[in-house]
Amino acid sequence: METIWFALVALMIAMYVVLDGFDIGAGIVHLWIAHTDAERRAVIGSIGPVWDGNEVWLIAGGGVLYFAFPALYASSFAGFYLPLMMVLWLLILRGTSVEFRSHVASPIWAAFWDVVFCMSSVLLAVFFGAALGNVIRGVPLDANGIFFEPLWTNFLPGANPGILDWYTILVGVAALAALTMHGGLWVVLKTSGDVSARASRIVGQVWWLVVLMTIAITTASFKLQPQLALGLRARPWGFVFPVLAVAGLLGVFWFERQRDELKAFLASCAYILGMLTSAATGLYPYVLPAATNPAYGLTVYSAHGPEHGLRVGLVWWIIGMALATGYAVFTYRRFAGKVAVSSDAEGEGY
Amino acid sequence: MADALFVHRLHFAFTITFHYIFPQLTMGLALLIFIMKSIALRTGEARWNQAAKFWGRIFGISFALGVVTGIPMEFQFGTNWSAFSKLAGGVIGQTLAMEGVFSFFLESSFLGLFLFGEKRLGPRLHWLSSMMMFIGSWLSGYLIVATDAWMQHPVGYAIEANGSFALTSFWALILNPWALAQYAHTMLGAVQTGCFVMAAVGAFYLLSQQHTDFGKLFLRVAIIVGVIAAMAQLSPTGDIQGRMVATHQPPTLAGMEGLFQSEPGAPLAILGQPDMEKRRLDNPINIPYALSFLTYRVWTAEVKGLDAFPKNEESDNIPLLYFSYHIMVGLGTIFVAILLLAAFKLFRGTLYTSRATLWILMLAFPFPFIANTAGWITAEVGRQPWLIYGLMRTSAGVSKQVSAGNAWFTLLGFCGLYVVLSVLFLFLIYREIDEGPAGHNSAPGTPTQPQPAPAD
Repeated sequence: METIWFALVALMIAMYVVLDGFDIGAGIVHLWIAHTDAERRAVIGSIGPVWDGNEVWLIAGGGVLYFAFPALYASSFAGFYLPLMMVLWLLILRGTSVEFRSHVASPIWAAFWDVVFCMSSVLLAVFFGAALGNVIRGVPLDANGIFFEPLWTNFLPGANPGILDWYTILVGVAALAALTMHGGLWVVLKTSGDVSARASRIVGQVWWLVVLMTIAITTASFKLQPQLALGLRARPWGFVFPVLAVAGLLGVFWFERQRDELKAFLASCAYILGMLTSAATGLYPYVLPAATNPAYGLTVYSAHGPEHGLRVGLVWWIIGMALATGYAVFTYRRFAGKVAVSSDAEGEGY
Repeated sequence: MADALFVHRLHFAFTITFHYIFPQLTMGLALLIFIMKSIALRTGEARWNQAAKFWGRIFGISFALGVVTGIPMEFQFGTNWSAFSKLAGGVIGQTLAMEGVFSFFLESSFLGLFLFGEKRLGPRLHWLSSMMMFIGSWLSGYLIVATDAWMQHPVGYAIEANGSFALTSFWALILNPWALAQYAHTMLGAVQTGCFVMAAVGAFYLLSQQHTDFGKLFLRVAIIVGVIAAMAQLSPTGDIQGRMVATHQPPTLAGMEGLFQSEPGAPLAILGQPDMEKRRLDNPINIPYALSFLTYRVWTAEVKGLDAFPKNEESDNIPLLYFSYHIMVGLGTIFVAILLLAAFKLFRGTLYTSRATLWILMLAFPFPFIANTAGWITAEVGRQPWLIYGLMRTSAGVSKQVSAGNAWFTLLGFCGLYVVLSVLFLFLIYREIDEGPAGHNSAPGTPTQPQPAPAD
């Protein structure tokens, strides 16, 4: 039962990263690819109707994590107190910038929100990456499964790490590169003319950085977290996930060449999904490894919630997600055709 | 540690108080917009549609702020109250997760359709999307109230060997009698916020002689719905909620009423300040026997005062509990009076020219926000010193690993950010009201118009 919930929570978080990832990515490239007000409105318009739907995956995924693995939720949220609060501030700033930019037709107003939108997107990508880095590296859990990390200590992974060290910063930069590519591909797909061409150029350049960073974080992760190699060796079928990531990354390159915008974007989705699922499969059964004593690490067995609740939850989860799919299909069909901004977004969305 | 506990409590109190400004407005407006869309569908009159669209824009701005200030609420269960979450997450995580899965997907899908899709959907489906928004936001309200209700009156659980709470009955959790009573009371409060805001805009339009047709329309809807909600707020829902507290949380009732000594035929205090040193109410104005009657339907029944309970079971802030309760009830009573007066004049056909009444309606809109907030303070301060009533003390639920300094840091961060959000919110709402419902040609509430696709 707890393994099923591990897979479902991982799925919801991965959906969140893929979906909100493209609108965060659009924010990262926003200032560079769109120069005039009309161009910038096109970029924001491409994510406007979908960003809050994408963020629902964070809220719903967080809620499901809360009830399925209460001990994990409690330990990690309190331990990552500072970065999570900053993520909240960034989400607030980013959400308001998308929503409020169009309300006042003044160049000053728009310019202010454009910068807020871009900066908050950049920082969110780095923070989410660093958070993932922390989970993979392990945190200084004590025997009660409790820890607290300051923002940084000596920038070295070890028994007393901070949120930021060279490794988590590396993962943060990798996430920034990956979401730049992901969001860029979204903009290529959803817009036309100069904006699309500039986005395509950025994707072409950042792709090389993504390759480099992927190699770097993979090497570093296997070195720092021996559990990854053990996990993958224990479940050889799990190799399909790294293969998916590599295929996705090559697919981005190939389909960008072919000018097949939709397939290039989907390949990027596959890359991100592949990376996240590789990490999840490698760590399993750990959900939060300890940097102190491996025995202190939280596993799906030690962190899951009471049995009856998990069984009941499975029933409503299936009903709820079926309904959500229903709304998505309804929305998609209504918006299919001309206003592609909404239609495709919903199509990818669910 | 006491110091850190205080900051964590303040952290949650501040962020939830600010957050709830927006949901009470959007839940109230969701009903009113749905009513307007229903009338538009039935009569085919364009002005009802325009009115619904205007309030849809205000809904959109408020909804966005509700979303961005709502995410911190879910996070704080883990960040600031991790000891509580670790033990109780298996129960209250159910309702919180269900809110995400059942309401937020619904709301986010149909809000987009409502704001962007009118032409594409046609009148029937556009009406349907307003209904789905209404259902989504009211369902979300229920699941949150059910979460709080479990903390007020825990049901359907068992305590496991490691001290954590396990769900034993899903339906007991969902149909908690406390949740049903509290939900009815909470939603009527939200409806009144929506009605008073709508009436204030209507009165403003009439008094400033702009968009007067819409002003009259807003007033009519708001006052008819509002007067029903305001009366039902006091009785039966307020009454049921009060007796629920009397039955399950008697020390809370004593604190709310400022009743220090148990007595038969207890009076109802209308005014007076609790003096916690001398354990009495200063300069009280009482209605004799009224508290006994309201609580037990018997004029001479004995109501237990604070002296009947151990001191460590009474709320740790009785003055705040007492005043927030009295502010809520006092304002609720005034709302009934204002709305009855307005409804009477509406019925007589003199409301639109009665400047005094219009002025009152225009200036009254902040008060339902205050009353709703005071109501929640009553519920949450009244629950103290318990986090889960009778089972877990608030001091046992806090994240011990997060120091007071870190909590102050993020609390101050939220304060700064929310000041900015407040200014922006008021500015944008004022612009929408100033622009008015007619002839608004730019993009609706949320972002820029979708751009036509290059291909396909």
